Amino acid sequence: MFELFSFGENGWGDEILDGVAITAQLAIATLPIGLFIGFIVAFAAMSKNKPLRAIGYGYTTLMRGLPEILTLFVVYNGAGLLLNTIIKWWNVDAQPIDFSPFIAGVIALAMVFGAFSAEVLRGAFNALDEGQVEAGRAVGMSPNVIFWRIKLPQIWRFALPGLGNLWINMLKDTSLVSIIALNDLMRMTKVAVAFTKQPFTFYLVACLIYWLMSLLSEIILAKMEQNANRGIMRV
Amino acid sequence: MDSLEIIIKYWPKLLDGTLMTLKLTFLSVLVAAIISPFLALTRANASPMVQAPLRLYISFIRGTPILAQLFLIYYGSGQFRPILQEWGLWSFFRDPFNCALLTFVLNTTAYQTEILRGGIMGVNRGEIEAGKALGMNKLRILQRIVFPHAYRIAWPALGNEIILMMKASALASVVTIFDILGRTRQIFSRTFDFSIYLWAAILYLCITAIFVLIWRQAELRLNKHIAPSDHLSADKK
Amino acid sequence: MNKLFSKKRIANMCLAVAMSLPIMASSATAETLRVATEGAYPPFNSINSSGEIVGFDVEIGLELCKRIEAECSIVAQDWDGIIPGLIANKYDFVIASMFITEERKKKVDFTDPYYLAAMTHLVAKDSKITEFTPETMKDKVIGAQSGTTQSDFVEKTYPDADIRLYPTQDEASLDMASGRLDVMVGDVLPLLDWATKTKDGECCELRGEPITDPAFVGDGVGIALRQEDDALRERLNKAIAEILADGTYKKINDKYFDLNVYTMK
Repeated sequence: MFELFSFGENGWGDEILDGVAITAQLAIATLPIGLFIGFIVAFAAMSKNKPLRAIGYGYTTLMRGLPEILTLFVVYNGAGLLLNTIIKWWNVDAQPIDFSPFIAGVIALAMVFGAFSAEVLRGAFNALDEGQVEAGRAVGMSPNVIFWRIKLPQIWRFALPGLGNLWINMLKDTSLVSIIALNDLMRMTKVAVAFTKQPFTFYLVACLIYWLMSLLSEIILAKMEQNANRGIMRV
Repeated sequence: MDSLEIIIKYWPKLLDGTLMTLKLTFLSVLVAAIISPFLALTRANASPMVQAPLRLYISFIRGTPILAQLFLIYYGSGQFRPILQEWGLWSFFRDPFNCALLTFVLNTTAYQTEILRGGIMGVNRGEIEAGKALGMNKLRILQRIVFPHAYRIAWPALGNEIILMMKASALASVVTIFDILGRTRQIFSRTFDFSIYLWAAILYLCITAIFVLIWRQAELRLNKHIAPSDHLSADKK
Repeated sequence: MNKLFSKKRIANMCLAVAMSLPIMASSATAETLRVATEGAYPPFNSINSSGEIVGFDVEIGLELCKRIEAECSIVAQDWDGIIPGLIANKYDFVIASMFITEERKKKVDFTDPYYLAAMTHLVAKDSKITEFTPETMKDKVIGAQSGTTQSDFVEKTYPDADIRLYPTQDEASLDMASGRLDVMVGDVLPLLDWATKTKDGECCELRGEPITDPAFVGDGVGIALRQEDDALRERLNKAIAEILADGTYKKINDKYFDLNVYTMK
């Protein structure tokens, strides 16, 4: 039994660990890009410009209504084709460009994360206390300083619980990339199952590893929330 | 063959897939809706010892990908075929639809329980006291006061969860079930025409949109007696 | 200053992300080719417990690369996306036991065949099924890999059967072993390998006549390339002829099979 998970020639321990590394890399690479998309979409949805607002709302509705796995297929199979068609149309002799499963995975996951985080961020913006912004103005802060010193720390505080949930969802959604042949934890588990014919054992181990990652995330997030709320009086 | 011809040729298959997606989602949500009130009450009121296994189950479901849960139940059950056969359970696990349904029920029950627990915790203590003062027994209080309130509070979150479940049902296609995505992949592997994925996207969006409309109507009806004018103004905003 | 959003921290984060992405451009010095295979189709292509992609397809592919003086990297690609991936230039050619069929030729080109294949039915040893006709297969649960000529055959030949299509052959085999399937349809060689050489496969045996209808098995198994890559196709064809002539092919063949898969004798 333990031999199955040993490291080296006959065991699957090292392969599964490699898979965990890919899963972690994927999630960590997705986070800033997804947050960036989230901010842009949130700003668009809150803008005074009507078409921009429609785009913001349209984007969140679209991404939230589509199964993540479908988004992934569309990005992986479709975006490559589309990109190459555009390049060909632009310049017939251009070399077609490569679109690795990793990048496709990051883009698809970031698009989904962006849509959901935009909603969380919008809620956080709406929860801002206008009085504090006015106080900032009264002491002579520039809009830039107000954003960085007053708005952002508070938005951070309001948005953190929601974003934390989204992070854990995204971590779990990385398992979908196994379907487009990226060697993440799920994929390596599948390969091990194909080889050893022990599906229950290996899928259970995969579940436990994901569970551990989620629990770890929860602990870290709780610490971060504590930290973000350190200046707030408890009622 | 251009994309219009493909959709004309294959729409019966896509329709078939749509019905499968709806069936899978509806049954999962329904079974979970029957179980979750009991679990939610336990989560809200029972002693920590009783709650411990329930919390473990909910934490496991929420901490692991539904894809992994599906593989664990579908292919994992194959590893225990002799035992399952002895217990007479194999005929259940033999069918991929049952395995997918079981996975989705286990999954959405955990989420619905947590959402409903939040609703139950949100019920005003004073109203429960009022029920007691009127001489209602425990069951009556649950029926007439706690659950109506809890569902009203939990309604939007439950709607979100049902949409998430509908989207997650797309994973059933990896265990040979021909839902919308399963049919789409089948058609794609024959035609290599990418537009079929866009049709699938439209189908999923339509289902979501129709569901949101129905759910919101139901919400208005649920809250009618409280403050209708409030909701009208909220809609106008 | 809020620590989480300091400019330096954001810059560092961006840098970290940039470095975690694989480098997209390849060097232009030596010719490097990316070769896709499935990695779930033993003994032709599969992933071993060291995480390497191995098998007959892979060895033939690497040998051909040597002959055309290219450096090749093998990548694993999901079967359903293997042709779209080729068209989208995720790799330069596909060596994955792919039958040369008319349907596929509309999208991609093929080299000359590098082996011949036939399909077969596989059933449990204690199964009472002896004949395979649309009538006997009615309501039987038949499994095959999706997007393959086998799935095509099953869907067209046994319209009244309960057909299950799997993303990989390995997953279909798992379900055959667990008894979910009454019949599995697949290529002769992988199924023979599975039934005779693996513990899981002990349950089952090949039964009935091999399926050789050219409408389904096409002109044999070839390497798939993009339609514009005629030069590469010619070079690969020449290399295939070369390894057949000088005995290299036979050496690789004998490592995996008891019969010659090029002639099926």
